[in-house]
Amino acid sequence: MKVVFINQRKEIEVAGCKRLKNLLDRLEINPESVLVIRDGNLITSDTHLSEDETIEILPVISGGI
Amino acid sequence: MKCRRCRGQAVIELRRHNSSFCKDCFFDYLTNQVTLAQEKQKMFSREDRVLVVVSGGKDSLALWEILLGLGVNAWGLHINLGIDEYSQKSEKSVRNFAENYDAELLITNIKDEHGRGVLDIASKTTRTACSACGLIKRYLFNKVALEKGFSVVATGHNLDDEAASLLGNVLHWKEGFLGRQSPVLPSVHPKLARKVKPLFRLTERETAAYCILKGIDYLKEECPLVKGSTSLHYKEALNLLEQKSPGTKHSLYFGFLKKRAVFEPPQLNLKECLRCGQATTDETCAFCRLLSEVESKTRVSKERIC
Repeated sequence: MKVVFINQRKEIEVAGCKRLKNLLDRLEINPESVLVIRDGNLITSDTHLSEDETIEILPVISGGI
Repeated sequence: MKCRRCRGQAVIELRRHNSSFCKDCFFDYLTNQVTLAQEKQKMFSREDRVLVVVSGGKDSLALWEILLGLGVNAWGLHINLGIDEYSQKSEKSVRNFAENYDAELLITNIKDEHGRGVLDIASKTTRTACSACGLIKRYLFNKVALEKGFSVVATGHNLDDEAASLLGNVLHWKEGFLGRQSPVLPSVHPKLARKVKPLFRLTERETAAYCILKGIDYLKEECPLVKGSTSLHYKEALNLLEQKSPGTKHSLYFGFLKKRAVFEPPQLNLKECLRCGQATTDETCAFCRLLSEVESKTRVSKERIC
């Protein structure tokens, strides 16, 4: 599947992750710091993924306090 | 994953509440948290005109949208910081929101007002860009609130912001800052507007999700000056703890709120700044001192060129 990192202008191909949780673990992404979008919809960590789809990772941490 | 309330398809999981919500139940949850914050902390009343400081990012636009939805007389104030393309995009995001929601918007521009952008100002002082930016924004939103007759200023500070600030204040034992850290800063001088943070019960992941689900087109790009800032390190550290132990940020900040009276500062002797008239504990306020520092550095460099 294609994984797009919003804001980083980066795309990668990842294979063999059946659920979103596996994908985030594989990419070492803290689920507390991102939202994950598929076809414009937010998805939860138990969502089944298939190889032919595109997943977008949106970081949610912003800096200046 | 099912919604905890209606058993429909969940769109977001909130591990700190051991919950997951569908879109509509999440909207209810989020709006309820803001209402709870406002009522418990007595942030403002129906009669108040609220000035919402809007950067164009997720938190401030979510806040403005929620307050408008709750029927609050909420006007937006955007401070253009003069950070080139980033500030242009920020202003555009805010203008688009105001147009879409038919909301009242005020805009002030640092370069127009003071001839320099934030980075230019910070580079001529001992402050970091984020520190100078924070000081300038606090000064300007208070000034606009006083000039335009707003009784309350609301900012989009969320639980992550507050927990990260708290961590920083504790790590360096800044007792003065600990005493002043609160979701509500009352007006303690006629020249100081009341300041409130209605999103303090919500994480930034929740406000971002709200914007995505509501279709609020916020600026996703991060400020170019914030890279490597200490606050980001604190947030990352807290999120690592949160991942291992959900509820850590909530427990840290809400535990502090129960005990913060310990750090309550003594009554400040506030007076009016000799230069601009805003409230200060010194002869001149921090903002005017910052401008003086910039002016003197500029004078010195001009003399060197001559």
